[in-house]
Formats: sequence, structure tokens, C-alpha cells
Amino acid sequence: MTTSTDRPADQLSATTLLRFATAGSVDDGKSTLVGRLLHDSKSIFTDQLEAVEQASISRGQETPDLALLTDGLRAEREQGITIDVAYRYFATPRRRFILADTPGHVQYTRNMVTGASTAELAVVLVDARNGVVEQTRRHAAVAALLRVPHVVLAVNKMDLVDYAEPVFAAIAEEFTAYAASLGVPEITAIPISALAGDNVVEPSAHMDWYGGPTVLEHLETVPSSHDLTGCKARFPVQYVIRPQTAEHPDYRGYAGQIASGALRVGEAVTVLPSGRTSTIAGIDVLGQSADIAWAPQSVTVRLTDDLDISRGDLIAPTEHAPVPTQDVLATVCHVADSALSVGQRVLLKHTTRTVKAIVKDIPSRLTLDDLSQHPAPGRLVANDIGRVVIRTAEPLALDAYADSRRTGSFLLIDPADGTTLAAGMAGDAFAVTAQTASETVEAAQEETGWDF
Amino acid sequence: MTTASTVTEGTDSPFALSHLDALESEAVHIFREVAGEFERPVILFSGGKDSIVMLHLALKAFAPAAVPFSLLHVDTGHNFPEVLAYRDRVVAEHGLRLHVASVQEYIDAGKLRERPDGLRNPLQTVPLTEGIQQHRFDAVFGGGRRDEEKARAKERVFSLRDEFSQWDPRRQRPELWQLYNGRHAPGEHVRVFPLSNWTELDVWQYIERERIDLPEIYFAHERDVFKRSGMWLTPGEWGGPKDTETVETRLVRYRTVGDMSCTGAVDSDATTLDAVITEIAASRLTERGATRADDKVSEAAMEDRKREGYF
Repeated sequence: MTTSTDRPADQLSATTLLRFATAGSVDDGKSTLVGRLLHDSKSIFTDQLEAVEQASISRGQETPDLALLTDGLRAEREQGITIDVAYRYFATPRRRFILADTPGHVQYTRNMVTGASTAELAVVLVDARNGVVEQTRRHAAVAALLRVPHVVLAVNKMDLVDYAEPVFAAIAEEFTAYAASLGVPEITAIPISALAGDNVVEPSAHMDWYGGPTVLEHLETVPSSHDLTGCKARFPVQYVIRPQTAEHPDYRGYAGQIASGALRVGEAVTVLPSGRTSTIAGIDVLGQSADIAWAPQSVTVRLTDDLDISRGDLIAPTEHAPVPTQDVLATVCHVADSALSVGQRVLLKHTTRTVKAIVKDIPSRLTLDDLSQHPAPGRLVANDIGRVVIRTAEPLALDAYADSRRTGSFLLIDPADGTTLAAGMAGDAFAVTAQTASETVEAAQEETGWDF
Repeated sequence: MTTASTVTEGTDSPFALSHLDALESEAVHIFREVAGEFERPVILFSGGKDSIVMLHLALKAFAPAAVPFSLLHVDTGHNFPEVLAYRDRVVAEHGLRLHVASVQEYIDAGKLRERPDGLRNPLQTVPLTEGIQQHRFDAVFGGGRRDEEKARAKERVFSLRDEFSQWDPRRQRPELWQLYNGRHAPGEHVRVFPLSNWTELDVWQYIERERIDLPEIYFAHERDVFKRSGMWLTPGEWGGPKDTETVETRLVRYRTVGDMSCTGAVDSDATTLDAVITEIAASRLTERGATRADDKVSEAAMEDRKREGYF
């Protein structure tokens, strides 16, 4: 590693933003990959590097430990492990990046769920010597469950397998088949050596047989937003703006962030859960009046009728309005230390609406390793993923998570102390049900739990 | 390359937002969430560029209505006069309500003692946390950005603090999608960071795009300064220069605005926003590494202060 930290002035031309997450256990070289991306994209500053060098020397290490760049907490540095998700920022001339750097081994599933929930792309790291292992399948399954639109398989440590194409091809084929069976829409496999710098930022001189992009090139060119034509518009009302001033005596605007699709002036809309209808009279995009606005713009919408609309309501085009329901079937990832049990009373936060709810049933718990279902576990503990049936006190305008990550997702919250208990995704768990998913495992095996 | 389905590479949809629009939209969403869910929110306002951008975003988020929050300034007693003048001007211009928590008053009352090193930034924590308790603020907006410092990189957008304002990084709530959980018990509050995902460069580019007015000290000007711990500090009653330190006039500007005792100026001839942005983009130093003494105290200085209630 050199100490060159010139930052290109042309990063000023960067236009779009891509959020992505990395997944991989410690030995797969995730820290090295992150360090390499930051370093080779000239995103590490001299003072940060000097701090890492000093800290490394004071610990008796001869070379700078790049993990110290990302391990921000005292406890992480003391123990040499990553405890919590950290967010990193870097830029190239083409794009700005927000990287959710998720830890590989402690409290694994909830951390990856946290990172993947806002990611448009996930990088799954594999050690070329070990190939696809259980951990890899878990990563792929979480990415599929969270419906991360793009998945990159980074086959790392190619330098340790003589940069052999057959090694890469076999791993890529096995992973792609597995991930595709879970419905991951797009998978890109890239052979890399994070340590030597092959195909991370610079193309490798050792792998002529590989004709695809480097990791960074792929991150720069992957589409960062999706075609809106297939998405139904959803507008959760966050806040009602009523100035009631001499200048704006009658102004009544509904402020919010468009969750999916696009809204147009003149469009017939329905307000849920009341079912009242109106027409969009105007859209203000933070000071600019517009005829059309789309996700994820924060806007203020005015309607032609003075309806009783408040925070928690959802505005949707009348022809594509969701049907409100009080019965939610969903997959949840349990993120709290205390358990979630059948019969438990919780709060459910969906978009801008928080309602009382009760856990009616937990029909199954999923094992990510082989996608098998354990029937009727009764409760879910930290890092468990399970199917749940929830009854809510008030109707929710909920979509399937497959149709909208924003209006198909929810939190379960402990009403007693406000703890976030679970991350919920309405509807089917995977886009394509793997053959093994229907198989159930003997109840006796349940006790073994998860091995992280 | 193995691709399960074909996508068009290298083309962003016409509906893709620019990075500044995406960051702005996210920050506005955060402001409105707080307005919708909390009783008594307040914006920490220092007169520095991050809090100025926060206020600008809040003004846009609720327009044409007024910002439904008041401001809280923790005055260390060693603030730059230009910044205090800016603060008062903005408050008057937008008809805002300003609360001031004064470190000097705490020292004068014997409730805080001056540190041997003269740094007042660490002394802000007590007036800040007591001010929050006194006014019963339940949500406190801060301009902290995750790119500033490695402990801040671990911070949630909604960060729960206990009744002593303490941050426990090991007990943070997972933050999923854009579903921020602001639940808290009486006495607890939530620190909210709408600029979490912004970098220093984003802030400056946004200031340029939105033509936001800033205190003059952000731009190059002739100033009497002296060198301490590798930084150019402004002389003053706060405790400088010492006999061994020499004052000279230099062309400088500030990258951050904090207490005079710990905020250093950088040599610069950048007198315009354009020039500042070019300078930042080419800089080899982070803004805190370049100009903040309080972060150099130890490897975990920021984490330790945050645990105690610092923002």
C-alpha cells in the first residue's frame, strides 16, 4: 500500500448515488476489499492513514491495518472485530457511493439485513480456495429475501489459486444457479484479488480470460434506479402543511416522500384507509412546482378537495390503490435480543403509520443454510428469520414486499420500551421458491439452532 | 461475467436523482418524520456550515409554513464574532426562536471548571444536556456527518440517548429501510442526524447550488493568527498566544467553525464558493484532521465525548 492520497478534482462531476452493502466473513478479505476500494479510489485522507499507521505501530504491527480505518468503536479496536454496521463514503468521477460495511460474524443476520435494507447492490465475497460455503448461501439468501436488485459475487484470493479460470467458473456457476433459484434478478460474478488489487479498481494483468468489468467499474455503471412504468405510485403522508398565514390562508399541503412510482397533476387518487377520492391539484418539489414527481423525491401534494387527511394516510392512484388489510402474512427477521412469541402484543410501523398489533401465529422458522422450514417454532430469537401472521388494530395499506420495498416493509416495535423487535416483509419470502424450501426438518434438529 | 438477466449498463434512468437531490430528499424526509412524531424537537445551531445547511433544509421541508422547531446554540464563550452576528441575523430573518446554553455562565456560576489546556469544546456537553432536560426537548437535530469521524460512521440517523444523554454504541437499534424508530421513554431523547450520509464536499456543493449565505470566515481573508499544535489559531482572551507563540498575519480561511480554542484556520486563497470547492476536492486532509484539536486528544476522543452526551 502506498501513501499516495491525491484526490481527483474530477469527482466533482459525479452525478448519481449508489447505496451498496458488502457481505463476507472476516477471512474472506472483506476489510481488504473495502480498504482497496477506498484506497484505490483515492478516498483515504492523509490524516486518516497516518492515524491508522500510528495505531498499527503502537500495536506492534509492521504494516498498516486497514481494518482500523473502519473499526470506529473502542470495543472493536480492542477486540479486533467489527461489531456494528459502519457507513463509508467514496466517489469517482462517475458516481458517489454509500457503502454499508456489515460485519461478518457477530450477530450476523440482523447486521446484514440492516445493511441490505437500503442497498441497491450487495457484494458477496467468496474465498476462491473454499468456493461456495454455507455462509455464502446465507448471504445470497439474505440478499434475495431483502430483494436487493443487484448482486455481485466477488471471488476473492484468485492469486492463491493461480488465477485459474476453471476455479472461478465453477464457483460462479454454482452461486448463480443457487441465487437465481431464489429469484435474485441480476448476478454478476467477478474474479478478484483484493490484496493484490486484481479487478477491484484496475483490470487484472493475470486474468486475460476474464472480459467483464472490475468491481468498481460495475458499481459505477449498474443502473441506480428502476423503471417506474411498472411501479404503482404510493405516497405516505408524513405531515400536513397548513401555514394559516395572511399570505397563505387556505394552503393545505400533504408532505411526504414518494415511496414508489410517479405522481402526476390531474391524476385521480384515493386516500387510504378511508377510501375517499380526489384529484391532484398541484405538486411542489421542495420549492419548484412540477407536473410530475417520482420516487424517492420528497414533495408536497395538494388535492382539489379539502379532505380529512393526516399523517399515516396513504395517497395512491385510484386505479391502482392497494386494498387495506388487518391481517398481515409476512417474513420477519428478528433483530432484538428478547424473543418474539405467539400472542405477543406489539406496535407495527408501516411507512408513516404506527398501529397496535398482535402476533397471531409463527407458522415456520427458516434456516438460511438450506432454506428448510422448521414448523411452528412458537417464538423467534435474535437473528431468526420466520413467517408470521399478524393482526393489526387498524387497516393498513400494505403492498407485497416484492412489489415495493418501501410500502411492503414494516417494523415490529416493543410497546413497553420502544425496542425494534423485527424487520418485516409482507408477502412471499422469495421470488422463486427453491425446491428445498418446502422440505421440513425433523423437530429434533431444531435445538441445534444457528451456528454463526 | 455471469449475468442472470440482461440489463442496460452505463445508462441511468431519466428518473435517477442527482446525488444532491437524493441526499436532499432523504434529509427532508427525516425532518418531516421528526415533526410528525415528536412533541418538542430542536435544531442544534452553531452557525457552522452543517447547521446552516440543516436549517436551509428545514425551511424547504415545511415551506410555505414556518419551521416547526426552535434552535439551540451552545455558546462556548469563545465563538467567532462573525458567527454570532450571522446566527442573530438568520434568527431574525426567519422569525425563529433561539435558545442559548452558555458555557461561560456555567463557569461563572462555578458549575464548570476551565480545563488546563483551555479547550472549551469538551465543556459544551454539560450545558447542552442540561439545556435539553430543562426545555424537555425530545428530539435534537445535529449536523453530524458519518464521514467526519470513525465513531460517527457508526451512528444511527435516529440515535436514542438515555436521561443522561449518553450514547451506548453497543445498544443501538438496528435502522432498517427508511423506517426510523423514534420511540423513547420520558426523560430520554433522540439525536437526529439528517446529514448522516452527506460528505464535506456534498455540503459545499449543496451550498453552492442553493446559494446559501455563510459567515465570512469560511472564505479566505487576512487574519492575525499564531501556531499551536500545528494549527493556525486566532488570538483572543480565550488564552492565546503564549509568550513563546508569535502572531503573524496570513491569508487563511476556516473549514469548520467551532470554539476559537480548538478550531484552526487553513492557509487558503479561496475567496469564492467555486474556489473553496476546488480546494476541498483536492485536499489530502479531512476537515477534522486539518482543523480540530479536540479530536486529536486520543484515538477514541469522539466516541468518548459522544458517550457522555456530546452531539
